[in-house]
Amino acid sequence: MPWMHLKVTAEQMKGLADAALLAALAMGSVLGASALVPASWPRRAPAAAILLWQALGLAGGLAAVGTLVSLGLPGDHLGVAGSLLHLGTVFPQAAFRFPVAFGVVSALPIMLLVFRLACLGAGLALLASLCWVLIAVSAAALQARRRQRALLALLAHGDPKVPGALVVDYPTVAAYCLPGLFSRIVVLSVGTVELLGRGELAAVLAHERAHLRERHDLVLLPFSALRRAFPRSAMCVEAQRSVALLVEMLADDHALRGRPARELVSALVRFGTAGTCPAPAGALAAGEGDMTARVARLLQPVRPLPATASAAICLASGLLVAATIALLIV
Amino acid sequence: MEVLWQTDVPLTVREVSARLTERNLAHTTVMTVLDRLAKKGFAKRQRDGRAWRYCPAATRETYVTELMLTALDQTGDRTAALTRFAQSVSGIEAEVLRDALDAFEGDGGADEGSG
Repeated sequence: MPWMHLKVTAEQMKGLADAALLAALAMGSVLGASALVPASWPRRAPAAAILLWQALGLAGGLAAVGTLVSLGLPGDHLGVAGSLLHLGTVFPQAAFRFPVAFGVVSALPIMLLVFRLACLGAGLALLASLCWVLIAVSAAALQARRRQRALLALLAHGDPKVPGALVVDYPTVAAYCLPGLFSRIVVLSVGTVELLGRGELAAVLAHERAHLRERHDLVLLPFSALRRAFPRSAMCVEAQRSVALLVEMLADDHALRGRPARELVSALVRFGTAGTCPAPAGALAAGEGDMTARVARLLQPVRPLPATASAAICLASGLLVAATIALLIV
Repeated sequence: MEVLWQTDVPLTVREVSARLTERNLAHTTVMTVLDRLAKKGFAKRQRDGRAWRYCPAATRETYVTELMLTALDQTGDRTAALTRFAQSVSGIEAEVLRDALDAFEGDGGADEGSG
């Protein structure tokens, strides 16, 4: 009999420890992300920094869901993921069990039930909304691109000054790329083609092709989704902004290979200052300062991070995600 | 589509073919293209006896504006996830950037006449 008692306590301890560790991971991810926003090293190693952002986002999201679920559904030996899979059998067993580990022989089973239901509900709602917003944002992006392709087929034409790119008769400067599995299109406005010189246009094309080749749109998508899910969270807004800037820096680095920095810098500055139109209401503050950061980085090239430091960052990112997943399964 | 935009009246397939003389397209090809344009909503069509008459659903400028506004993220809808080369900057930041570029080109990059 004492054995039985001990075993139950140990399992319950494990459930609580899981919840505590997951909560610590979630908090750690948020703290790590807020330390990453003002850090200066990411511009010396944009690729490694993007990987770290992805790891923090994935681990933070999974750990937050896991914490709530493990509090609401103490499945003990099953682990969080296993408990969720056996929701129907685990919840009735666990719902009214007293939290012996706290030493609180509860006189308020209803309170406990409400607490567990609330935690479980919040965890599942968080999981569902994260999945939903990711799907919604992906679908909207696909649809917008399909519409863009259809319109471009009607409106765009080629131009010998920008081989391989499509040109649209639009006076304001605009340059962007349309990523896709089968068709990868760089689009420029006539205003851009007229404004920039041949070398500058080549730099723009190299920059956009780097976006297309490395599918930077897929890198950005989850962060855009996160921002869409929590538009009021300064953390999510900052994360999306940071990753967007890092992606631009990465493409800048690619454009620099085999081309002088001067072309890219003057293309950036002349492009950015050409319209000087007041930004649309509400959309301004987001980009303020990012252009300056990119130009400053090109004007005074920063030393790339040593290979060992980059490798350490990649390893840490991998470990963070692996630890989170391990905690959810075991 | 260019042919449809160039005229004010709805055209039949035969009329469109006649205006595309330099391309020498088969009548059925033009018919297929117009049919697809109508199905995608870019052209409207109405019955005229046994033939369809086609006209553009919107002006060329309307479509260009739609295309560019989506691309420039100015529709208030950030979902397109199109990565742009650079944002437009305004005010003080533009001044700072221009000065930085001038200083940089003065340093050593003055061999390219950009102005």
